[in-house]
Amino acid sequence: MHVDLYEKIWMYAAGAIIVVFLASMGYTTLGRAMQPPSHVETIDPASVRTDEEFGRPGVTIHEDGSATVVVQAFMFAFLPLEIRVPRGRDVTFRMTSPDVIHGFQIVQTNGNTMVVPGYVSQFTTRFDTPGEYLIVCNEYCGVGHHVMSATLIVEDAPGTAGASAGIESSAATEGDR
Amino acid sequence: MIHSRKLTLANFWVAIGAFAVASGMAFMQSLSRANLDLPFRTASVYYMSVTAHGVLMALVFTTFFIMGFGYVVAERALGRPIVSRRLAWGSWWVALIGTGMAAAVILWGRATVLYTFYPPLQAHPLFYIGAALLVVGSWGWCWVMARTWMTWKKANPGVRTPLPVHGMLATIIVWVLATIGVAAEVLILLIPWSLGIVDTVDPLLARTLFWWFGHPLVYFWVLPAYVIWYTITPRIAGGKLFSDPLARLAFVMLLLLSTPVGFHHQLVDPGVQAGWKLFHTFNTQLILFPSFVTAFTVIASFEIAGRMKGARGLLNWLEELPWGDPAFSSVALAMLMFAVGGFGGAINAAYGMNAMVHNTAWIQGHFHLTVGTAVALTFMGTSYYLMPRLTGRELELSLLARIQPYLWFGGMLLFSIANHLTGLAGMPRRVYDASYGGSEIAQQWVAGTGISAVGGILLFISAACYVAVMLGTGLAGRRIDPEPIEFAEPLQGENGNAPILDRFGLWFIVAAILVIAAYAWPIFEHLRMERFGSPGFAPF
Ligand code: HEM
Ligand SMILES: [Cu+2]
Ligand SMILES: [Cu+2]
Repeated sequence: MHVDLYEKIWMYAAGAIIVVFLASMGYTTLGRAMQPPSHVETIDPASVRTDEEFGRPGVTIHEDGSATVVVQAFMFAFLPLEIRVPRGRDVTFRMTSPDVIHGFQIVQTNGNTMVVPGYVSQFTTRFDTPGEYLIVCNEYCGVGHHVMSATLIVEDAPGTAGASAGIESSAATEGDR
Repeated sequence: MIHSRKLTLANFWVAIGAFAVASGMAFMQSLSRANLDLPFRTASVYYMSVTAHGVLMALVFTTFFIMGFGYVVAERALGRPIVSRRLAWGSWWVALIGTGMAAAVILWGRATVLYTFYPPLQAHPLFYIGAALLVVGSWGWCWVMARTWMTWKKANPGVRTPLPVHGMLATIIVWVLATIGVAAEVLILLIPWSLGIVDTVDPLLARTLFWWFGHPLVYFWVLPAYVIWYTITPRIAGGKLFSDPLARLAFVMLLLLSTPVGFHHQLVDPGVQAGWKLFHTFNTQLILFPSFVTAFTVIASFEIAGRMKGARGLLNWLEELPWGDPAFSSVALAMLMFAVGGFGGAINAAYGMNAMVHNTAWIQGHFHLTVGTAVALTFMGTSYYLMPRLTGRELELSLLARIQPYLWFGGMLLFSIANHLTGLAGMPRRVYDASYGGSEIAQQWVAGTGISAVGGILLFISAACYVAVMLGTGLAGRRIDPEPIEFAEPLQGENGNAPILDRFGLWFIVAAILVIAAYAWPIFEHLRMERFGSPGFAPF
C-alpha cells in the first residue's frame, strides 16, 4: 500500500500524540494512583431511608483527623444540606439514592460522581482551600433537578490531629423521613 | 434515473421535519437557559423540550438522513438499483410509526426521560416501543444495504468495492453491533418493566447496555459524514481524493474500535471496576488515529482541488475553493469545528480529567461541535447537493442557502465556547435554571449562559434558513434537468491496494470479538453480584 511521505510523517506524529496521551494516563493512574470513583457495593434502594448508615446521613471525624461523609441523594435534595469537613485531611464520601439516578458534583473541584439507586458511590479526596463550595446534582432526576443542591464548608480542623476524636457533626437528625 | 429517488426523499423529509421541530425546541431551551421570562417557560416544559430535542436530533434526524443517503450511495456507486425495495419501504414505515409514537408520548408529557432514558425514570411504554420500532426499521435498512452489496459482489467478482459503499458497510456493521446493546436494554429490561410485567429494573445494567450503544451511535453518525468528506466534497471542490486506501483504513479502524469503549461514559459510575474503565479508555484514545488520518487526507484533497485550479503558493489554494457553494462551505466549516471537538473529546475521555467536566455544560458544548455541527452541518450541506439532483428542481432561496453555513458556524462558536467555559466553571448540564437560589458561585455562569443564548438565536435563524430552502426547493423549485450524483476519483488508482481492507466478513468477526472482550466479562461479573432492582419513578 503506497502512502505519501508527508502523510507518513503525519501518521507517525498522530501515533506519537496518542502514545503520549496513553502514557500520561498510565502515569496518573498507576504512578500516582488517581482513579475515578469506582467503588463496587450494592444496597437495597427500598431500605435506604431506614438503613443504619444512609438513614442517618452526616459527617464523622475519625481519630486520625480524616472524615467520612454519608450522603443521601433523593428527589430533590441532598442530606445533609450542609456538610462541614476539615481542611487538608482525607475526606471519604459515601452516598446512595432511594429513588432515581442523581449526580453529586462539588463545583470547581474534581469531586464528581454518579449516584445510582442500588449501589453505593464512594470516593476519597482532600480540600486544601477553606471556604464554601456549591454541591449540585448533575444528572437529570425530574422536574426539580435544577434546585437539587447542597453546601460544603471546608474549615480548619478544630484542634490538632488526633485531638478531635469522633466528633459527629450536624444534620444527622433530618435523615429519618 | 435514480430508482430509489422516492425512497431517499421520503427518508430525507422525515429527517428535515424532525430537525425543524427539534430546532424550535432548541430555540426555547437556549433562551430559557439565559433566565429570560417567557410565558411558556416552566420546568416541566423545559425538560419535555430537551427530551424532544435530544431524541429528534440525535436519533431521528440522523438515522433517517443516513438511511436515505445510504440508498442513493448504494445505487449510484454500485451502478444498480437496491434489492427488495419493498422491504426498504416497509422499514421506512416501521421507523416512521415508531418515531411518531415516541414523539407523541414525549409531547404529551409522559416520557420526560431525556434521550438517554436512564431508568428508574420511567416513561410511558409507547416511548420504549416507539424507540424499538425505530431501531427495527433501521435494521431493515441494514439488511437491504448489505444484500444489495452482496448481489453486486456476486455479479462483479474481483472488482473492488467502491469507496463510498465501503464506508457505508462499515457504518452498518457499527450500527448492528451497537444496537444489540440498546435492543437488549429496551426489549429485555425496559418494556416489560414499563408494562408492569416485572416490578424492578437494575439501573446500572441498563446504563451499561445503553452506553454499549451510545458511543458507537456517535460513529454511526460520523462514518457517513466521513464518507461525504472523502468521496463527495473533494468532487464538489473540483479535486480528487488524495488517498483511497487510507480512507479504507480509517473506515475499518472505526468499525473495529467504536464499540468496545462505552465505559468512558461511565467513568464516574459506581459499581463498575476501575480496570474495565481503564481498558475502555485506552481503546477510546486509539480511535483518535483514524480521525487524524481523515483530517490529513481530506485537507490534502482540498489542496489538490485548489492546485488544479491554478493555485501555486503555500496556502492560496484555500482561496480557490468554492466558499460560496453551500454544499462545500458547510462541509468545510463542519470539519473545522470537528477538529476542535476532537481535542475536547480526547479530554472528556482522559481517565482523570473527565471528573472536571462530566455532566457539566462542557459536554453539551462538546457534542454540539461533533454531532451538532460536524455531522449535522455536513448533512445539511449534502442536502444542498442532493436535493436538486433528486427532485429535479433548482435550489430555491439560494442566497439563504449561501449564508446558512456561516450563520451556523458563528452561532455555534458562541454557543459552544460559552458552554465549554461555563462547564469548566462547574455549571451542570440539563438544568432548567442555573441560579441555585442566588448562589454566588452560580453567579459566575451568568455571562456564559447569556452568550450561549445569543449563539442559540443565530443557530435557530440558520436552522430556519435551512428548512426554508429545503421546503422551497421541494415545493416550488424551478424544474431542471438534474445533474448526476458523482464521487471523487482517487489520485492514485484504487485497485490492488491492501485488499484485506475489503474483507467485511473478517472485520465483522474481529469487531464482534472486541465487543465480547470489552463487555462479556464485566456484564457476567455484574450479574453474579447480589443486586437490588428499582421500581419506576415519573417525577415530571
Ligand atoms: C438549532 C440549533 C441548536 C441549538 C440552539 C441547540 C441547543 C441546545 C441546548 C440549549 C441544549 C441543552 C439542554 C440542556 O442540557 O439543558 C441542547 C441539548 C442537546 N442537543 Fe442541541 N441545539 C441545536 C442543534 C442540535 C443538533 C443539530 C443536534 C444533533 C444532531 C443536537 C443535539 C442535542 C442533544 C443530543 C442534546 C442533549 C439533550 C440531553 O442532554 O438530554 N442539537 N441543545
Ligand atoms: Cu438531578
Ligand atoms: Cu463516547
